[in-house]
Amino acid sequence: MLNKYLAFPLAFCALVSSALAANHVVEQKGKAFSVKSLNVKVGDSVEFVNADPFNHNVFSLSDIKTFDLGSYPQGQSKKVVFDKAGQAEVECAIHPDMILKVEVSE
Amino acid sequence: MNKLKNILTACAIAVAGSVGAAGPAELLAHADDMTWLLPGVPYPTENAPTPERVELGKKLFFDPRLSADNSVSCATCHNPVLGWADGRATAKSIQGKDLQRASPTIVNAAFNSIQMWDGRKKSLEDQAMGPMESMVEMAMNLNRLFAWLKSDADYAAAFAAAYPGEAIDDKTVSKAIASFERTVISNNSPFDRWLRGDANAMSASQIRGFRLFTDENKGNCAVCHQAPNFTDNGFHNLGLPSYGAPEPDVGRYAIKPIAVLKGAFKTPTLREVARTAPYFHDGSAKSLMEVVEHYNKGGVVRKDISPEMRELGLSQQEMQDIVAFMQALTSPQINLALPELPY
Repeated sequence: MLNKYLAFPLAFCALVSSALAANHVVEQKGKAFSVKSLNVKVGDSVEFVNADPFNHNVFSLSDIKTFDLGSYPQGQSKKVVFDKAGQAEVECAIHPDMILKVEVSE
Repeated sequence: MNKLKNILTACAIAVAGSVGAAGPAELLAHADDMTWLLPGVPYPTENAPTPERVELGKKLFFDPRLSADNSVSCATCHNPVLGWADGRATAKSIQGKDLQRASPTIVNAAFNSIQMWDGRKKSLEDQAMGPMESMVEMAMNLNRLFAWLKSDADYAAAFAAAYPGEAIDDKTVSKAIASFERTVISNNSPFDRWLRGDANAMSASQIRGFRLFTDENKGNCAVCHQAPNFTDNGFHNLGLPSYGAPEPDVGRYAIKPIAVLKGAFKTPTLREVARTAPYFHDGSAKSLMEVVEHYNKGGVVRKDISPEMRELGLSQQEMQDIVAFMQALTSPQINLALPELPY
């Protein structure tokens, strides 16, 4: 019975929290990320748009987030949600001079 | 006033005439091409070059006593008369066995933001001890090395002059070798002179080759061999036949286990490339024409191949032009005085 009463507020909170989460767009252009560092909140997503006429990759092997978005061509984008607080270093595996530091805060 | 006007007009005609004599506009470098001119040689603030550091580094670079049996120096695989490489398909171990990868040239390595075919070392300082520590390269016992360098009066004095107050250890040995390597620079090739305004420095074929090299719809070479040092410091699988072996060399993937890096190797500089045959990390191409033919086919082994590899559809003449352009990337040999090794 208690669960029934709790279920609605919890679902509502989750909905509100996801509605409040922001999406940050970062471009990959001229073999560089459009910003060198980015501050986001837990739950925010970062969308990586390839604006170069060749393939880029996006990956991170950081403690708070490990992912590999693969490689994709110009015009395509892929998104990743940062769900833990801390620091993440995001790179392009093909072009290791491309580095983005993401600071994720509560 | 009219007289002045006439003089100015005459000057303008003379200037226009001299430009015309140098060649049609398509044979001249454009403003956009200037991105290919190399900047000054970068160096870390903690290891600014001095004549003493470069001289010490040169001694160490050419001294075979830095190897286990006094048989191999840095210059054995990075030989100045072989484009600072070794002319072999793949390097030879101190035990005389063929290794898996070619010795890369050290020409313009000072400009690289990442070192080695698989990028496992970042800077020249990070890289310098690697071959001495490798049991198949110089196989040196480092404790023995530093003890000997300290006990040798000439070396001890050279270290004191280069790095006063610092120990003779892996840090100072690395810094000295890196300082010498930063003097191995190619920036005065026909291509460089053409960029700087000498319209006759490159032949018409070489200029056509440069345009094909940078044209995304033709050679598309500059997508990886980018300005100014002909490298993106990046990693690509070129679809070489050797990647079809049962257990191929996975290259960068062994360092960073990211799928796109399977069989990917670092883009080498092309400066001095005419002096560094054979080509590719496995030494599988004997000539520059074989290299261009490989790219024209779009590679051989499709597994894990870079998405930038595609059939190019270049004609024989176009391929010859690109080869001719790469031959315009050779600078006059640097004037290298032999080092005095302590004995």
